[in-house]
Amino acid sequence: MEFFRIKKDIPFMRHALIFNAISALTFVAAVFFLFTKGLHFSIEFTGGTVMEMAYSKPADLEKIRKSIEGLGYRDTLVQSFGTAQDVMIRLPAQHGVNASQQSEKVTAALKADDPEVRLQRVEFVGPQVGDELAHDGLLALGMVVLGIVIYLAFRFEWKFSVAAVIANLHDIIIILGFFAFFQWEFSLTVLAAILAVLGYSVNESVVVFDRVREAFRDRRFGKLSTPEVLNHAITSTMSRTVITHGSTEMMVLAMFFFGGPTLHYFALALTIGILFGIYSSVFVAAALAMWLGVKREDLIKPVKVKDENGGAVV
Amino acid sequence: MNRYSLWKYVLIVVALLFGVIYTVPNFFGESPAVQISSAKSTLKVEAAVAGRVDEILKQGSLAAESVAFDNSGAQPSVRARFATTDIQFKAKALLEQQLNTDPSDPTYIVAFNLLPNTPQWLQALHAFPMYLGLDLRGGVHFLMQVDIKAVLNKRLQGLQASVRSLLRDKNIRHSGINRNGDAIEISFRDADTRDKARAALGELQEMVLTDAGSGDDLKLIGTLRAEALKQTQEDGVKQNISTLSKRVNELGVAEPLIQRQGADRIVVELPGVQDVSRAKDIIGRTATLEVRMVDESVVRGTEESSAIPFGSELFKVGKNAPVVLNKEPVLTGDYISNASASFDENHQPAVSIDLNGDGGRKMREATRDKVGKAMAIVLFEKGKGEVLTVATIRSELGSRFQITGMGSPEAAADLALLLRAGSLAAPMDIIEERTIGPQLGADNIKKGFDSVLYGFLAMTVFMVIYYQLFGLFSALALSVNVLLLVALLSTLQVTLTLPGIAAIALALGMAIDSNVLINERIREELRAGNSPQAAIAAGFDRAWATILDSNVTTLIAGLALLIFGSGAIRGFAVVHCLGILTSMFSAVFFSRGVVNLWYGRKKRLSGLAIGQIWKPQGEALTTSGKASTKRGAK
Repeated sequence: MEFFRIKKDIPFMRHALIFNAISALTFVAAVFFLFTKGLHFSIEFTGGTVMEMAYSKPADLEKIRKSIEGLGYRDTLVQSFGTAQDVMIRLPAQHGVNASQQSEKVTAALKADDPEVRLQRVEFVGPQVGDELAHDGLLALGMVVLGIVIYLAFRFEWKFSVAAVIANLHDIIIILGFFAFFQWEFSLTVLAAILAVLGYSVNESVVVFDRVREAFRDRRFGKLSTPEVLNHAITSTMSRTVITHGSTEMMVLAMFFFGGPTLHYFALALTIGILFGIYSSVFVAAALAMWLGVKREDLIKPVKVKDENGGAVV
Repeated sequence: MNRYSLWKYVLIVVALLFGVIYTVPNFFGESPAVQISSAKSTLKVEAAVAGRVDEILKQGSLAAESVAFDNSGAQPSVRARFATTDIQFKAKALLEQQLNTDPSDPTYIVAFNLLPNTPQWLQALHAFPMYLGLDLRGGVHFLMQVDIKAVLNKRLQGLQASVRSLLRDKNIRHSGINRNGDAIEISFRDADTRDKARAALGELQEMVLTDAGSGDDLKLIGTLRAEALKQTQEDGVKQNISTLSKRVNELGVAEPLIQRQGADRIVVELPGVQDVSRAKDIIGRTATLEVRMVDESVVRGTEESSAIPFGSELFKVGKNAPVVLNKEPVLTGDYISNASASFDENHQPAVSIDLNGDGGRKMREATRDKVGKAMAIVLFEKGKGEVLTVATIRSELGSRFQITGMGSPEAAADLALLLRAGSLAAPMDIIEERTIGPQLGADNIKKGFDSVLYGFLAMTVFMVIYYQLFGLFSALALSVNVLLLVALLSTLQVTLTLPGIAAIALALGMAIDSNVLINERIREELRAGNSPQAAIAAGFDRAWATILDSNVTTLIAGLALLIFGSGAIRGFAVVHCLGILTSMFSAVFFSRGVVNLWYGRKKRLSGLAIGQIWKPQGEALTTSGKASTKRGAK
């Protein structure tokens, strides 16, 4: 069985402008939603208390809301999740209130209403922790980008590394855009998924660039122009790209369907990341590299260095 | 050319053996057990307790499968393992009754526990099951912030008092001692007095003095030395950690985790604890310390039988107990500014105690005419007093004195710790709390396991259909990857969380990339008309550079997550990074080994079972499948 039976190299680069226009539009939309709607941060970032209560029968949300408001907490969010028996309560961080006692007061109040209720999960995060997490998250993102740029510049050439990072950073913005548009909860786990996707979809560019380098070195392709070499690289790696991502996506879908609420958004972020990752790292990154003026000469030198090191050995 | 030298096969076998041995403990499950630990600060569980537990169980004809003394955790304990939960329940009741003479004030804490069923020989190899995080086993997680400011404040108050009393003792006239932020300002009318004061204050080595002011408003500004400042902070955090360990122990938690995080934070994880408010109550309790005089009217040794004089009380618990002490304390823990283990002039272990200025005066007054009499230090917790030490007063004591005759450096360190527990504990706030019900934990394990299993199966089915035998090799490499990853996680005792399981799944999803790259390359080489053997060699070799590049970029992301991440991210990142490393081994080195073993010795190889190879020959695009060259398994 073979999915891809491509006779000639597909002239992707002829449509580079269209690919990038699509990309740019999605990007602008993502930025727009990020600014207008904003991310729905989990309490890990905002601080506050989240409680999950399990009732023995379908819960009366209105009554729960009243009980909690009776305690003097405002802006609380009470909703059922999963089944009607499971209730999630979100209390925002309040200044001047001993927040660590909130969950106990609420539990006591709810137990008074219905002694059958069971506390499944409590999460309380102080406001200072949230600020640090946001700070650390941005720092991690910065380090990933910097590390990848340096590595690719060292391994290939700066034009490739810049192209790959721009392409993949725009993926991240698009994932964030999705989270903003649908107001999905942005938690630490989602952040981890996004950073993992960044590392993963850079792979994609690496595989294409590897082919580009190989084609530049190969005498058979000596007469090809840069866009033709890029077309060849993309075409010849397409089968692998789709199969790999398909396999990874199978795993991610397994998490999406079987992983429960914690892994739900994690898998969702990965899915969006993988889909846009293919698109941007292949079409956008290659086109960007082309526009940045990648030439055969750019890659001749690194090849020599590589040979001196003995090349690839298994 | 497709043959591995012997050492490579040996390496593969060794890796597999490692994988199996260290993965296996995860499948033995756990058996019910009872854990016995000390309820008292002054009593440590020792190996002898194990013998006693064994004896009690034998007398009660409740056979334990094993009774062992464990000194590896924060608190030493004795653990007895049982065949069924029924025996476990009976044994707990029996042990509680037999070990504790006074049920209202227990000496030992007897708690339920679960012990892994790993066979002895595996345990000897340090093969243990993975350490499950709270989100998988249920429990309470607290992040506590130590109020370093309060610790410093107390230290500075002590310093200020010392300065005041020193200047008074030396009869140096100052025009005021004030706190200004973290500094102490002492004002003088003339330079001469200031010089005298500076000389006198040289005694306080932890303070740096600088001059300020002019004319008749001269000042000395005292600040804590950088080392002293750091030491104070360190002590404050360490103190709280040891206090927490002691209290957590009282909760009877099987495997508590109390760990420092950053400069001034402490993580407390209590697996299995559901009663959050009780846990908070116990953790947040404060202890106080009192120094009291021993009532001399009661002859030592007859305390329990004699009448207790009015104004005195009997203490039954602790070292040198029973003892009758005055109700009126000489001083309270507030006056103790430091307590540390040291050595006396005879190089015997001792505990040095520093009192702040006013405390020194009180001590002097109290001990001046009590030389030769005995003094006791009592730790109060939950309103119950526990005698830490009873010592004979050798001379008049001042703001610095030693308690000698400790016996061993360990005993000295323990006492110093307890003294600090009652006096120096810094206030703590809970800044993060997470409670996960046990049911939710079990659910999470199942969900995580299911995701990995179904994802893995789907990938295997696809790979085998698409790449045939090579797909099977890839799937085999993938399972070796899981094996090695789980073995590594078990060996390193990394805490496995739900995001960690997600990372395992993702590691597999990403690891398949290497195999796909290799298989596609081999197909391509075949398509170009190379011989099967050459195609294998070239496929692996040429794919390697790409695999390395892509794994390094993924690893960069993983490492950044590991360094800057906290909590959920960290749990993910550790597994993610390890998964990349094991996948490099299994997808490239191991799968090449399998391929070599299968094909390497076949000299006249006509084809590879890598699925259909399609060649772009004119008609291929129109007639699809039929026209393609088929090179299936022979």
